[in-house]
Amino acid sequence: MAAVTQSRSIDFLTQQAKRVRVEILKMLTEAGSGHTGGSLSAVDIATALYFYKMKHRPREPEWPERDRFILSKGHAAPLLYTILALTGYFNESLLTGLRKIGCPLQGHPSSKLLQGVEVSTGSLGQGLSIANGIALGLKLDKNPARVYCLLGDGETQEGQVWEAAMSAGHYMLDNLCAIVDANELQIDGRCADVMKIEPIAGKWKAFNWHVFEIDGHNMEEIVNVLDEAEKLKGKPSLILAKTVKSKGVSFFEGKAEYHGITPTKDELEKALEELGVHGE
Amino acid sequence: MGSREQNTDNKSRGTDFSGQAVATRDAYGTALLELGRRNERVVVLDADLSGSTKTAKFAKAFPKRFFNMGIAEQDLVGTAGGLALTGKIPFASTFAVFETGRAWEQVRQTLCYSDLNVKLVATHAGITVGEDGASHQALEDIALMRVIPNMTVIVPADGFETQQVIDKVADYGHPVYVRLGRAKVPAVMPPDYKFQIGKAHTFNLGIDVNIIATGVMVSEALKARDILLREGIDAGVINMATIKPLDTDAVLEAARKAKLIITAEEHSIIGGLGGAIAEFLSEAHPVPVRRIGTEDVFGCSGAPGELLKLFGLTAEDITKAVKGFFQERTESLAYKNFASQ
Repeated sequence: MAAVTQSRSIDFLTQQAKRVRVEILKMLTEAGSGHTGGSLSAVDIATALYFYKMKHRPREPEWPERDRFILSKGHAAPLLYTILALTGYFNESLLTGLRKIGCPLQGHPSSKLLQGVEVSTGSLGQGLSIANGIALGLKLDKNPARVYCLLGDGETQEGQVWEAAMSAGHYMLDNLCAIVDANELQIDGRCADVMKIEPIAGKWKAFNWHVFEIDGHNMEEIVNVLDEAEKLKGKPSLILAKTVKSKGVSFFEGKAEYHGITPTKDELEKALEELGVHGE
Repeated sequence: MGSREQNTDNKSRGTDFSGQAVATRDAYGTALLELGRRNERVVVLDADLSGSTKTAKFAKAFPKRFFNMGIAEQDLVGTAGGLALTGKIPFASTFAVFETGRAWEQVRQTLCYSDLNVKLVATHAGITVGEDGASHQALEDIALMRVIPNMTVIVPADGFETQQVIDKVADYGHPVYVRLGRAKVPAVMPPDYKFQIGKAHTFNLGIDVNIIATGVMVSEALKARDILLREGIDAGVINMATIKPLDTDAVLEAARKAKLIITAEEHSIIGGLGGAIAEFLSEAHPVPVRRIGTEDVFGCSGAPGELLKLFGLTAEDITKAVKGFFQERTESLAYKNFASQ
């Protein structure tokens, strides 16, 4: 693809994704509670958005022409916080305060407390409607900014998601790109066992969306599909990103029980070793 | 507030509802249209009820700034939140039951937790929805909205007040719930009245009883006052249009002055205006309080006027409560005197 001409760019993004994983694991271990699996599964997507695709100014978080990112799966807050810190929205030292009294890094993102968070989320199923509203507002203003919304696959069991999917198709929101982090797991087990959501792609197509299916850990595929989605007119885009829960830490990968459990100190050390970082 | 200033305001506003008996939803439709002309940031959303909520007037004049979200209230509220994030002033309307009930958690999480500048203006609140029956008669909405942090709750008493409420909330950068009705209501507010968020309007204060009313019950309270005055009970009336934040100064003054406080609302006696005032007075200045409202029951079908009678929401019900209180008191005093002899 033209946009990513040098493989160095992909290398650079892959390196950033690793940094993000390391910081997420550290902050979760420090916090002792939080959502490990769903933060790690979406790292590559969020890294591609913030380090490559989105137009944004960390020093000017209210810049009117910034692309917006809505974390509908608000429990992946550690991912958002890490990315915001590493891109310069606030000091990295804040990350150690996750979930502690007095720290703006709440268990789920609070826009009133933290710069760079567009809107508070955490109750599943609500982000896409908000993203639609932003996309409508931007269109009214002829503002060229785009809106990205990250959902979990389990999250799409919420009815409001489909109300919003219908609206985005109806209003032809081509300045909107939703990404489903399809790690196939939710707290109680496999999505397929808890409440079947397949066929995911077919559902979104039926709601008048462009649908792309990619490997959500292949940085080149992610970057290319984000470029591709931007060019399409007349419909919103849905990227169905096949991912692995807890991606990057082999002994957590694909295990539903690591949805809401954090690493122990020993596990952190092992995980950092796997990621090629040695404990401090 | 001279009458000249008032006239200027009304001229720039266009329609003047002072002294007119209209449904508050009709006043809303007109006020919203005129607000839309003055303020380009105003956008309107509805959930397939624009004909009933009267947002259709705005939709016709400003189709690009109107979004019909279909029969999907959760999405209605969330989308309004998103529009607010781009600097718009969204007015989202549907029936009160659906806006506050079906979408309660969206109101809590998306609007109030992020403190978004969205106006939820719901119509068809209360028993006066009439023939549609209990499924469509919101008697819990004030309670549902009042309990959420960052939310402001306003219930206009007539068309004139509604018009002013709509203008005022547009300039207030936080979530607001405005509760409107379906049926025509009498004009009660004086022509020089100026609505302010969080300020009650005291018609007069009595030394026996003060009736604090909201919405359609303000006109019933005024009728009740006149009946009571004729019967030798000195009664006052306060229009508590803003239920949250409550005008505690006005409540306190009314409670200090009289022996009894009556609250009157077209809503459950649990959690609404009566609840708010009882909560406040029980801590700040405990005085006897009697709440007029629906008694922890669902509504039913019928003509609005008949339903008000059936559910005890008339001037007569207010006077009965007042007289009952004073009679009980006299009897118990007499008993005490007898017992102590």
